[in-house]
Amino acid sequence: MDIRSQIAMVFHLDKCIGCHTCSIACKNIWTDRKGAEYMWWNNVETKPGTGYPSKWEDQDIYKGGWEKKGDTVTLKGAGKFKGLKVLFHNSNMPVIDDYYEPWTYQYEHLFEAEEGDDQPVARPVSLITGDPITPKSGPNWDDDLSGSEDYAKNDVNFKNLTKAEQEAMFQLERMTMHYLPRMCNHCLNPACVAACPSGAIYKRGEDGIVLINQKKCRGWRMCVTACPYKKSYYNWSTGKSEKCLLCYPRVESGQAPACMHSCVGRIRYIGVMLYDADKIEAASASSNDDLIKNQLDIYLDPNDPEVIAAARKNGIADSTLESAQKSPIYKFVRKWGLALPLHPEFRTLPNLFYVPPLLPTMAFVNEEGSYETTSESFWGAIEKSRLPMSYLASLFSAGNEEVIKNILKKLMAVRLHRRAETVGDLPEEESKGAMKDVVMDKDTADAIFRLTSLPLFDQRFVIPPAHREEAMEMLESTADVKGNTGFGFKEPPVRGL
Amino acid sequence: MSNYFFFIGLPYATIVIVLVGTIFRYMNFGFKISSLSSQFLEGKELFYGSRPFHWGLLSLFLGHLIAFLFPKSLMVWNSVPLRMLILEVVALGFGITALYGLGMLVMRRFKHKRLQKVTTKMDVLVYVVLLTQVISGLWVAYFARWGSAWFPTVLTPYLRSLFVLDPDITAVAAMPLSVKIHIVSAFALIGLIPFTRFMHFLVYPFPYLFRSYQYVIWNWDRKKIRISRKLVNGVRSKNN
Ligand code: HEM
Ligand code: SF4
Ligand code: SF4
Repeated sequence: MDIRSQIAMVFHLDKCIGCHTCSIACKNIWTDRKGAEYMWWNNVETKPGTGYPSKWEDQDIYKGGWEKKGDTVTLKGAGKFKGLKVLFHNSNMPVIDDYYEPWTYQYEHLFEAEEGDDQPVARPVSLITGDPITPKSGPNWDDDLSGSEDYAKNDVNFKNLTKAEQEAMFQLERMTMHYLPRMCNHCLNPACVAACPSGAIYKRGEDGIVLINQKKCRGWRMCVTACPYKKSYYNWSTGKSEKCLLCYPRVESGQAPACMHSCVGRIRYIGVMLYDADKIEAASASSNDDLIKNQLDIYLDPNDPEVIAAARKNGIADSTLESAQKSPIYKFVRKWGLALPLHPEFRTLPNLFYVPPLLPTMAFVNEEGSYETTSESFWGAIEKSRLPMSYLASLFSAGNEEVIKNILKKLMAVRLHRRAETVGDLPEEESKGAMKDVVMDKDTADAIFRLTSLPLFDQRFVIPPAHREEAMEMLESTADVKGNTGFGFKEPPVRGL
Repeated sequence: MSNYFFFIGLPYATIVIVLVGTIFRYMNFGFKISSLSSQFLEGKELFYGSRPFHWGLLSLFLGHLIAFLFPKSLMVWNSVPLRMLILEVVALGFGITALYGLGMLVMRRFKHKRLQKVTTKMDVLVYVVLLTQVISGLWVAYFARWGSAWFPTVLTPYLRSLFVLDPDITAVAAMPLSVKIHIVSAFALIGLIPFTRFMHFLVYPFPYLFRSYQYVIWNWDRKKIRISRKLVNGVRSKNN
């Protein structure tokens, strides 16, 4: 057993209102720079839809992620042989038009225009060429267009749906959607790290954050191709690749990353998970049926004395262990079994888990044309839900519908229980029966309810102190660098010759 | 006189500049070493430019290197005329491939406004030097034919004499203009390495072949920190 700690996340999709506050918070801090304007380290997509960059999930196009090969996995479109062979022209890399051409508006013109007959306007201009452009796509161009021909119909996840199921999804009465906020998953088996020929990308042992060393990156862009989530981006101005850094300066000082801190729907949870690094290869090479189970089984119980002892032996700090025990992620993912990784079949072992959306799946229009919301036969409603189980299964469980159904039933059982408790208009047998079906006791249901609906700030974000500040003092005398230019990155980040 | 400048002064200046320049840039300006890829802004035409250009150029470079390192074997190979013909035709093929690729690359830069935004003055100089180099090379191939036959007897001794610090330029001085241009532009190209995007081929990722795919870094090792009394004053830990 080789126990390590990892900062992991849960997004509760039932709560996401699609406000994009997270994306803006991230943009303002990190990517509001030349060459990075088009990057959205955090973005929010409408599902069904094609996403950003367009059709990123389609690995027939982009060749991202890992493929199972016997007992192990190989990179699909990069690696030592495949990658170095195409170093002069990276075959499957998305180009700017797969994202969008970034633009701004000429606001100065409103103030500086010559006096004339016409009202001055602020024209959109390209942030690359400076020429006036007509924006034709953007990072969330398909926002809320879950019934559109151009976007929703081309959703890659429909590949696994039957014709009838697809058609049903586009009937006006059954149309539905949910949001999917996405960011780097800080994977346990990161394809970006494995694909980087320069060895510039690395995973931090202490907290599992995946970072790109800007001085070592040589702009071969293999990470852009290899990341199946398209969460590594190439800065066309500096000639270096960049990605989400999980706001590590904030995390190190115990603050939540900006996207999480600012989340309006409070859908985001962050915490520590303990995992067994020896199991990574086997889990990523599991057969499709065992993928979900094996990926989740990597995470260990932080209350198990054996795990604690082994973790201590591996040098994991007590404060980190304490955080792991209080981790909301552990609760959602392992204890309650409510959250799943996005596209586990990419085999990078992502550390961002989603509670699948329940609400849009329920409530359909019945034969009389009215909204069906009765609590009668709730399980039946899940079977008949508007969003086919196979669609959610394609997103979150590599096609395993049982896993999804089970989670939705649990979410429903909690709601029935709380309805019986607070409104009291449900017969007790019904809520009890539902809970019994999914093997959940009253306390668990209440705990899920509390952490879902009424969590305090410190319950959503359980971040251990990084101890780097102490480590620094022990290893380096700050007086030694007195009068020097300082620590760290001292070159201005401008493009080379 | 100018022969001394171009074939003795320039080569030695080049070597000094490259050694000092690349090391200085690598140590002090790591951030500015990159392939400076423009594929992100335009990918399709780059395919038809970059692949032929690089494969052609690298093959030619390898050919020159072999002629320099193993002149005897080359002469043995060339003792059969048909074999020499094949070698020459293949080399010419790579030359034309490289020129075609380079032409595509230059056209592409002119054509797309997006690319002009990431083209520096030094890039223009790079194209000028490369065009001179490749075109003069093809010129040599055509007018001073059978280079693979005379290179080992003329240029190999010259280059070797430079390396052993006993320059002998009698043979090169007698060469036709096309060859002289080819040699001078080659030194110019090498001398430009520290100041241009040419840096990118010095950082070819060989270590990738020998490392494991995953890469985990511990910035500080807690096991060591716990026994901090073992730290020696003034000696930095390897972790930081
Ligand atoms: C050693 C192996 C080499 C590798 C791996 C390599 C790789 C690359 C890469 C990845 C690019 C960027 C292409 C893009 O825009 O995406 C590039 C561009 C370029 N390389 Fe190389 N290169 C190598 C050798 C050379 C050599 C020997 C030369 C010339 C002496 C050279 C000259 C150039 C030039 C001029 C460009 C700019 C192309 C353009 O954008 O117009 N390269 N190279
Ligand atoms: S999501 Fe992509 S960029 Fe992030 S760690 Fe995983 S493979 Fe790397
Ligand atoms: S800020 Fe929160 S609620 Fe708003 S879009 Fe982002 S994840 Fe959803």
